[in-house]
Amino acid sequence: MKISYNWLREYIEIDDLTPQELGARLTEGGIPVEVFTELNQGVTGVVVGHVVETRQHENADKLRVCTINAGTGDHLQIVCGAPNVAPGQKVPVAVVGAELPGDFKIKKAKLRGVESQGMLCSAKELGMDVKLLPKEQTEGLYILPEDAPVGHDIADYLLMNDTVLELELTPNRSDALNYRGVAYEVAAILDRPMKMKEEYTAHGNGSSPVTVKIESDNCTKYAAQVVQNVTVSESPLWLQAKLLAVGVRPINNVVDVTNFVMFELGQPLHAFDLSKVAQDTIIVRQAQDGETHVTLDGVERTLDASMLVIADPEKVIGLAGVMGGENSEVDAATKNIVLESAYFDPGTTRKTGKALGLFSEAQKRFEKGMIDQGMITNALLRAAELIAELAGGEVVGGPVEVVKKGAEPHVLDLRHERVNEVLGTSITEDEMVAVLKRLGFEVSGFKVDGAHRITVPTRRPDMVREVDLIEEVARIYGYDKIPSTLPSGNYVQGQLTPEQRLRRTAREVLINAGLNEVVTYSFTNVGLLEPLGLHTEATLTNQVKLFNPMSEDRSALRTHLLPSLVEVVQYNRNRRTNDLALFEIGRVFSPEPGVDTPVTERVRIAGIMTGNYGALGVGEKGRPVDFFAVKGVVETLLDGIGITDVLFVRAAQAGLHPGRTAKIVKRHEGELLELGVIGGLHPEAEEACDLSPTYYFELHMEALLTAKERSELVVPPLPKFPSIERDIALLVDIDTPAGDLLDTIRIAGGDLLVSVRIFDFYQGAQVPAGKKSLAYGLVYRSSERTLTDEEVTERHNRVLEALKAGHHAELRA
Amino acid sequence: MKEQLVALQTTALEALQGLETLGQLGDWKVQYLGKKGELTGMLRGMGALSAEERPVVGALVNDVRAALEAAYEEKEALLKKAEREKRLAEESVDVTLPGRAVKLGSEHPLNIVIRDIEDIFLGLGFQVADGPEVEYDYYNFEAMNVPKNHPARDMQDTFYINEDVLMRTQTSPMQARVLRATAEKAKAEGRQHPDPVRVIVPGRVYRRDDDDATHSHAFMQIEGLVVDRGIRMSDLKGTLLMFARQIFGPEVEIRMRPSYFPFTEPSTEVDVTCFNCGGSGCRTCKQTGWIEILGAGMVHPYVLEEQGYDSEEFTGFAFGMGVERVAMRRYGIEDIRHFYQNDVRLMSHFKSRM
Ligand SMILES: [Zn+2]
Repeated sequence: MKISYNWLREYIEIDDLTPQELGARLTEGGIPVEVFTELNQGVTGVVVGHVVETRQHENADKLRVCTINAGTGDHLQIVCGAPNVAPGQKVPVAVVGAELPGDFKIKKAKLRGVESQGMLCSAKELGMDVKLLPKEQTEGLYILPEDAPVGHDIADYLLMNDTVLELELTPNRSDALNYRGVAYEVAAILDRPMKMKEEYTAHGNGSSPVTVKIESDNCTKYAAQVVQNVTVSESPLWLQAKLLAVGVRPINNVVDVTNFVMFELGQPLHAFDLSKVAQDTIIVRQAQDGETHVTLDGVERTLDASMLVIADPEKVIGLAGVMGGENSEVDAATKNIVLESAYFDPGTTRKTGKALGLFSEAQKRFEKGMIDQGMITNALLRAAELIAELAGGEVVGGPVEVVKKGAEPHVLDLRHERVNEVLGTSITEDEMVAVLKRLGFEVSGFKVDGAHRITVPTRRPDMVREVDLIEEVARIYGYDKIPSTLPSGNYVQGQLTPEQRLRRTAREVLINAGLNEVVTYSFTNVGLLEPLGLHTEATLTNQVKLFNPMSEDRSALRTHLLPSLVEVVQYNRNRRTNDLALFEIGRVFSPEPGVDTPVTERVRIAGIMTGNYGALGVGEKGRPVDFFAVKGVVETLLDGIGITDVLFVRAAQAGLHPGRTAKIVKRHEGELLELGVIGGLHPEAEEACDLSPTYYFELHMEALLTAKERSELVVPPLPKFPSIERDIALLVDIDTPAGDLLDTIRIAGGDLLVSVRIFDFYQGAQVPAGKKSLAYGLVYRSSERTLTDEEVTERHNRVLEALKAGHHAELRA
Repeated sequence: MKEQLVALQTTALEALQGLETLGQLGDWKVQYLGKKGELTGMLRGMGALSAEERPVVGALVNDVRAALEAAYEEKEALLKKAEREKRLAEESVDVTLPGRAVKLGSEHPLNIVIRDIEDIFLGLGFQVADGPEVEYDYYNFEAMNVPKNHPARDMQDTFYINEDVLMRTQTSPMQARVLRATAEKAKAEGRQHPDPVRVIVPGRVYRRDDDDATHSHAFMQIEGLVVDRGIRMSDLKGTLLMFARQIFGPEVEIRMRPSYFPFTEPSTEVDVTCFNCGGSGCRTCKQTGWIEILGAGMVHPYVLEEQGYDSEEFTGFAFGMGVERVAMRRYGIEDIRHFYQNDVRLMSHFKSRM
């Protein structure tokens, strides 16, 4: 909302504050003002001049030499290039020494050999906002009214010495969408009285010719006032200047007055040409489905029954609160008008505007529901009076009012002690009452059940309950006077949930393992699954779709983190970073409802690695990422979050290399719990996405939490007896998993075997085709006695036998 | 023979002088003192001496042996020392060459900020709650005192899934969810009043904004909620002051300005002293000396009542802040899109674990 400082000054004493100081006080009070615009963009020494005569420039076809009376004594000779200059006009004259916006100083000059003692100005050269001016005022010189006083300072004459404040109003403060509301706010903040006329009662002679009928519940009050014999013409300068200052285009004296009163008092008004209203009868009703209507902007609109219209017995003549109709428009020929002032339902106004893509200043005010119903008739009479004055008309009869539902001031109870209980202040009862009075609220002299009765004027429909009044008290008393305290009451140190702790730990471990954490968007589209070979999985293509996406690219919720991570890899590879180890702890979404949630959201810990990985010294070549580098990261991660005895089981999964993929599982309560997956990307996916060998892992939060559930760590005592170590080297078939042999060794080793690890692996030229060589290190120990060599040998032979029997393992020397 | 001995001693000591390595010294020892050495050889020749001469020459032989052995030991010590020094010199490294460090990854800056803020509020007795990003209209709007057709829905252009389901536009719906869960627990346990609540909710929210340097269709928020008997607006101010000083530095002040949120009353914008100018006014703070960091207020009684709290008995405060905004200020990142591009050249600045 733009507010002209000079215009506001007519309603409240603010001469002791600069516009910036006023803005600061409003900001503190809850209406932020950050933008201040000077209407005078740097015009000095420009005056009103009279064009005495003009003649053609002898050396230039497009220039004219003008004789100007600028009230400076001798006439001035000024060369002018504007085609519309003519003798007898009043025009802005920048005399020698004058300045125009952009630090443009006027000097004596010679144009094509003819001396020019200044410059005649256009509206643009004066720094005016030409968007709002009619075309004829923006093309060529700015022609002033005939009665403009010669020699008068132009900035003063055009009321340009003013500052416009831009008020950023929150939706609840639509009461300040007009000068009256702002003046009330300033009055409360500064604790000084208003000087605004708010009551208009004068009625015209005779009786009103119009009839008003309300046929819909979406209009609670409608008032109409007739003014006859008006002469529609341009508005006086002061009125145009006021509208321009708040960014409204002047149109004619009737329309301009309706706009002026809307800005002054907050009530949107509309003027109909009475001669175009059939039977002088105004009907407020719902539109019929399919009914058409041409609005003021010349566009034919198709209406439906949810829309509220103003009609006469024959046709629609306007969209209530949104826009008037072309068929009842006030134009140059209009003689008699009927003014409308009403209250229309906010939701209906809003929906109608939205459905038709319209948004007017009137609509803005109606749809907030913050119209002061106490001002409907006052504003109507104020406008009628002004139109009669400016357009030479005659107010006829009184306002014709139909009231479906009256608006009474709110009466609310306010307890003094509750104010301090809520705010933590020690505001006295007297201070509280004083603040309420500054706001223009009425305070009862008595209390009921310890509460003051507060009567809130109709201009503040946002005051609904006690706490609204408490906020008003706090606002005017000053938020800066509220002390700083801490909540009392018992509380303990907060604690993270197991999931939150797991997330933090996982993040910590992965960062320490050298992975960079990324955060990516959840919006995706199903097409991104295809290059990765994930589109064959129904669970992945079944995405939650947005009803109103901003683009097709991001029109659904992701079901998998891989596409997001691949996108990050591609982004970085395009910037020549080829060694990448990244992870994200992010959500995936699937359409089935959760427990009290509309869809199911799952947390995944996912990582992607490509290029080289690991610590590098000077001159050392990188180690290309392979399955085991990534498996190592996952094993470290699981160790770090305390999940042990995890198995990696060869598996096939969409998008991953069939020979380099494993499910990560753990035995849990007799079942295999799937913790996640690890694997190399399928070569086809790598090719489609222009990737070098890339590996991916993902762990499922809910499974990790289940696996973690009962892991209380009890440290076993340190061994008291020595251990004996034995190694086994053997050959097995190439597709025998090394892990299976581990299981066999563990079972056969029994209670004496305390640990076993794989310490060597080889396949290639040194072993027979179809075989691979493996070496295991075993440690035997008893917690009760020192083992003898014979005991260990006997147990070890059992292990060897089991390997031979179970896996056709061939012992090597 | 005496002369021979004296000559041997002289020759041996002279030869010793010229030795440079422990190996040569060993050879020298074999030559002069070894079992087949020259001195032993002479000892063998003593059989030809007379009985008188023998003890004399014998003593002389012992003297020579002692002298050579002493000289040997001295020389050995000398050579050992020289050799050690030589080895140390050979083994020295250029300590300025880079180490074979375990490469550290990095935490995402938005998560660093969230973790820091969580830690501050954990210390103040808050729990941390997570909530759904796909939310019912009821929790996101209606429970937060924003009925259908409320003008405040203008402020938040929303991604909808269907009429009743949307991408949450704020973390505030978790206020209603936490209150509801707490109230239902009390009901199930047959208690008249629910427990007090102290919770913060970090999470991702969505708005239909075009992505540019300062807007993102998805961003992170942290919501805070305290509900108890006797919670006052001054408690909100004190809590936020403590928070602001921990996160932005002990010298900052906060300023509250009246504002509007449908789910708080009174509502406030909270500014902190401008980080750039320290409050004297600059371009960053539009000459005001203050930077807006969050919105807050006293929980609207409607929000409490809707979830089963008695709004006379209980009061509360709530606040919400944008994580990106804090991170941008803190790290001098000027484009919000950087947080979602994940350029490792930028992320590698966030290695430090402190
Ligand atoms: Zn500053």
